[in-house]
Amino acid sequence: MSMNRDFDYSLLAKLTQAFGPSGNEQQVAEIITDNVKDYVESIVTDTMGNLIVRKKGNEQKIMIVCHMDEVGIIVTHINKNGFLYYATVGGLKNTDMISKRVIFSNGTVGIIHKEKDETIDKKPEKLYIDIGAANEQEAKELVRVGDMAVISGDFLENDSVIISKALDDRIGCFIALEVIRTVTSPYDLYFVFSAQEEVGARGAKTAAYAIEADLAIIIDTTFSYDTPKVQNNRVSLNNGVAIKVMDKSIVVSPAIKNWMAKIAAASDIPHQWEIITAGGTDSGPIHLTKGGIPTGGLAIPVRYLHSGNEIVGKKDITAGIDLLTALITTHLYFES
Amino acid sequence: MFLKYLSELHGVSGNEKDVRDYIIENIDNNVDSYRVDKIGNLLATKKGKSNPAIKVVLTAHMDEVGLFITEITSEGYLKFQTIGYMDVNILVSKPVIINNSVYGVIGSKAIHLQKPEERKQSFLIDQLYIDIGANSKEEAEKNVKLGDYAGFTTAFTSFGSGFYKGKALDNRAGCAVIMELLKQQYNCDLTTVFTVQEELGLRGSKIISNYLNADLAIVVETTSAMDNQEQDRENWVVELGQGPACSLMDQATIYRPELIKKTIQIAESYGIPLQLREGTAAANDAGNIHLAGAGIPTITISIPCRYIHSMSSVISQSDYTNCIELINLILNNCQEYINLPHRGWEVMK
Repeated sequence: MSMNRDFDYSLLAKLTQAFGPSGNEQQVAEIITDNVKDYVESIVTDTMGNLIVRKKGNEQKIMIVCHMDEVGIIVTHINKNGFLYYATVGGLKNTDMISKRVIFSNGTVGIIHKEKDETIDKKPEKLYIDIGAANEQEAKELVRVGDMAVISGDFLENDSVIISKALDDRIGCFIALEVIRTVTSPYDLYFVFSAQEEVGARGAKTAAYAIEADLAIIIDTTFSYDTPKVQNNRVSLNNGVAIKVMDKSIVVSPAIKNWMAKIAAASDIPHQWEIITAGGTDSGPIHLTKGGIPTGGLAIPVRYLHSGNEIVGKKDITAGIDLLTALITTHLYFES
Repeated sequence: MFLKYLSELHGVSGNEKDVRDYIIENIDNNVDSYRVDKIGNLLATKKGKSNPAIKVVLTAHMDEVGLFITEITSEGYLKFQTIGYMDVNILVSKPVIINNSVYGVIGSKAIHLQKPEERKQSFLIDQLYIDIGANSKEEAEKNVKLGDYAGFTTAFTSFGSGFYKGKALDNRAGCAVIMELLKQQYNCDLTTVFTVQEELGLRGSKIISNYLNADLAIVVETTSAMDNQEQDRENWVVELGQGPACSLMDQATIYRPELIKKTIQIAESYGIPLQLREGTAAANDAGNIHLAGAGIPTITISIPCRYIHSMSSVISQSDYTNCIELINLILNNCQEYINLPHRGWEVMK
């Protein structure tokens, strides 16, 4: 049984605290670039904002995908009194937004709230953001229409878990970074740090088209529903890395998921099955690219996804790093 | 003027032929070649003066929302469904035309006959029908069959202080803008794409995105304005007369900030009014086009439109001409979009 090892979690802190709503992933990409440039052959960006890092090998092309973006909001109007109105970017429920603290790329902080007597339905127009500006002009010095903000949430850790905003999917980026810096693989590795996953896996679509890999492996997060009264939940925290069986965007080929489980078992890496019926991932558009790209996925269980207070287990991170390393250093599923 | 003819032509999604034929007839002398693809999109190319030239795609959808005949009753009335997103409340008593020849009117129970509780409710589409003045099913079937399209008969006019009124301004206004621009010669290579079935979920542009390749794509659209209808300014989205609108984000696309900033700069430096689309609802063909191949840098420029998806839509004449002028300037300065750094940085080893 692999235990949780010590990693440089200050890098994860940096990654999670970076500003990166869909379409504005530059800060995250810069941190990743700084941390991989001594280990890889090339680093490029495309028009969607994907960061594509290649670690060259002579064997088949494997595309390893984790997304850089996080959910957030976009400012649609600034009113005369200096309050902001917004629309959501990615899966955020209105009812969960009241009293949330949001932060813009320039550090401006705002509080989301509602009018005293307003009832909240699905329309975010009924909520506003208070940035403490006295009037329209003062607000416009800090924020422009079209600017995005993210839900803030500090990075905290204890011996077994990490709490932060944006662990979805900076935890995937962190795992990929660890693997890039340590792995020696015969395969031609393309690490895709994808953009705009939260709005419908858009960046992954163009990256998959450009790379045309022989195999794609997604590293994302999955719901951990091990709340106090839930029994028989499929996935729980610190119970191992999850191997994707299906989500709303893909049904993984049995050959791929069984290969992943076999490799995990052979190396004593704790693992569980990810079966979700809501929510898609980058694996959706990737496996349907061109003539079809064999695609599987690893997922790190997270409690309270998209909340600003996401929780992951350190054992699961260890298992994720170990399993990804094992997968890309042994025979691929179609060779074994 | 192109816009008047385009507005009055019938082209409900899937039935765009009349619109396409009109566009072909009127751009033929201004393009190098054109073709119609298998789903019905019209693609016309015009080589630029530069060689090699930047490749720019200009696109607008030809289709409009409308009605589709689903049943002929024994009394000779036509039951129908809407094609595209339409408010059933606006349909009652409107004149329609089927197959460019059969006139009809959308009937419903008169106010006198409605029970008090019925008067408080809106009609459901099942309660409405098209009356073509036929006395029986057999008589109706002589002129109409299931699957025929019905469109509205609004005449295009200018009115008030600088407005146009017409049907299908979404998106014949976009088509007209591109047709006007094709009269010019640019340094860039132009591929103009007039798409089909946008109102059914961006279907025509899905096909285009399977083979499209360009350095920049400009989607020309109309967008719903709620100015002076909604009490709260934050719900207006755009305002008529304040210039064409540049999209920030919609349900299918997040537009690159660098491209938006460049568009604002060009508008400012030439004194063209431009507004930002202060909303994220709905989607347009950019959703497919910006994801074509390895990705195409894409912007959407829209003409603000009141009562969009109705038989009487309203746009501002100055927004229409400013939209043409803004895109003209973008095409003349398109190299500035191409030379933009990819998010400010790129590392190659």
